[in-house]
Amino acid sequence: MTLTATRPDRTPSSPRPVRSRSILLTSSLAIAVAAVLLPFYWLIIAATHSSKEIFDSPPPLLPGGHLMDNLSTLESSARFSDVIVNSLLITVIYTIAAGAICTLAGYGFAKFRFRGSSALFGLLMLGLVIPTQVTLIPLFKMMVDLEWLGTYQAVITPNLALPFGIFLMRQSMAALPDELIDSARMDGCGEFRLFLKVVLPPMKPALAALAIFLFLFQWNDFIWPLVVLRDAGEFTIPVALASLQGLDQTDYGALLTGTALAAIPMALVFLALQRHFVSGLLAGAVKE
Amino acid sequence: MTTTTTPDSILKAAGAARPAAAPRPTARILRRQAVPYLFVLPALVLLAVFKLYPIGSSFLMSLYENVNGTQKFVGAGNYTRAMDDPLLWTALKNTAIILVVQVPVMLALAVGIAVALNSTLLRGRAFFRLGFFLPTVTGLVAYGIIFAVLLNTQYGLVNWLLGLVGIGEVPWLTDPLWARISLGLALTWHYTGYNAVIFLARLQSLPAELYDAAAVDGASAWQSFRHVTLPGLRPALLLTTVLSTIGTLQLFDEPYVLTGGGPDNATLTIGVYLYQNAFKYFDFGYASAVAYILTVLIGILGIVQFRLLGEKS
Repeated sequence: MTLTATRPDRTPSSPRPVRSRSILLTSSLAIAVAAVLLPFYWLIIAATHSSKEIFDSPPPLLPGGHLMDNLSTLESSARFSDVIVNSLLITVIYTIAAGAICTLAGYGFAKFRFRGSSALFGLLMLGLVIPTQVTLIPLFKMMVDLEWLGTYQAVITPNLALPFGIFLMRQSMAALPDELIDSARMDGCGEFRLFLKVVLPPMKPALAALAIFLFLFQWNDFIWPLVVLRDAGEFTIPVALASLQGLDQTDYGALLTGTALAAIPMALVFLALQRHFVSGLLAGAVKE
Repeated sequence: MTTTTTPDSILKAAGAARPAAAPRPTARILRRQAVPYLFVLPALVLLAVFKLYPIGSSFLMSLYENVNGTQKFVGAGNYTRAMDDPLLWTALKNTAIILVVQVPVMLALAVGIAVALNSTLLRGRAFFRLGFFLPTVTGLVAYGIIFAVLLNTQYGLVNWLLGLVGIGEVPWLTDPLWARISLGLALTWHYTGYNAVIFLARLQSLPAELYDAAAVDGASAWQSFRHVTLPGLRPALLLTTVLSTIGTLQLFDEPYVLTGGGPDNATLTIGVYLYQNAFKYFDFGYASAVAYILTVLIGILGIVQFRLLGEKS
């Protein structure tokens, strides 16, 4: 085994050879990661079994044949095809609209010094720290007054200017060289055109990170949609799942199929784009 | 920025917005100065309407009481009521237990995983990093349901596996103590990877020379961890501690889905209690007061943590 290490071995005083310590470390981490991933494996297996089979002893550890039955139960008991459409539309519209708003604001805060800019940004950061529960009730009343209950805009609008999203974009935009922007400005480029043609192109990785973050946030958001959505046909996936779980006679096969439908697409999106996600998340998190 | 731009570029920048007009110089400068505000305006308007207004409105609401559908001004009445509310104290106690037990265990685990992931001895780092991070993208409701079924006392997979090695049925969700442990397990499963990735990024930015120097001085693995790794992790520790504290104090989704706050209120958190008061009993005034108490607590804890862990600059 060759160690292409850029750093020296951290434990030079240890008597055991490097190879066996490497195997020990890798295998113990493998056991830990298997424990972490077990619930995902079991979820996929359970989604293909009936409620009765899931609670058999021994529990099923291989795929079964109940997937289609579970899907039709989901459809009849929770209007799940409507629910999926709701979740997808809400999440996509939200991601695009919030992405635009957060990116514009992030640029404004990162590249301009204007009267009140630091005070306004401080206020924004306050929004990060104030618990969502504080605003829940007044927002709910506002939705009642607007007669928005049960609508997409009730779910989408209040979180469009997400403080964390703005913070993330400000951090990423700050790294963009000022000379690039100034020289385009000298060339007579209009401010909005400059934003589109000069600022945005190098921001693609940060934009991807923001998009994934917003998508995950909205796809998984629970308490706010729970408060403003009323009928099964209006629900998003998390709300529909929670309502299924609250029934007296919960069909666990159907419930877990629905859970898999909520979790697996997100895991796949994350796997495909994880490089952007992790780096984007850290751009916001570590550069304090 | 305005001090370095030439009048020509100001003219052009202003002209881009309305090319035909030839506005007076002051108007041009005004327009030039308006540019940054236009970028942040949509966000600020939305924040003012959907964040600042509710924050203020919620405080006013906390001064009223719902008496048979009409709002009655009670001043600090909701706050004094909160002080004598045994359920709120239970919720505070439960939250404190999670804060003092689960958060340190999770952060210690995350540091361990980050150090292991950073080790040159590890094979397949990318896979492991991904595996530990995957729970983070799983929605709270989804994983609440998964854990509720896995931890079912009679039929759950976990108790079946424990039975194989001769351990009797564990009342994971039905016994107050075990319900707390289950909640802690679920939280740890979900957030450890997220924290580990933050620690890992910090570790990778530490200069290798520090470890070289420690090795030259004959430091053991533990000593180099204690005197190089841990001090190096300090900013990341502050960040993760503050984030975890805010998250714990606002905790709602997990107990709501996993245990509903029970059994016997053992997993009742402030978030769940607030929700019950607002949307089950429709006592918005009292729920708002609880929300404000929560905010003050988060503020105090945040300040204390910055004092204890922050950079001494």
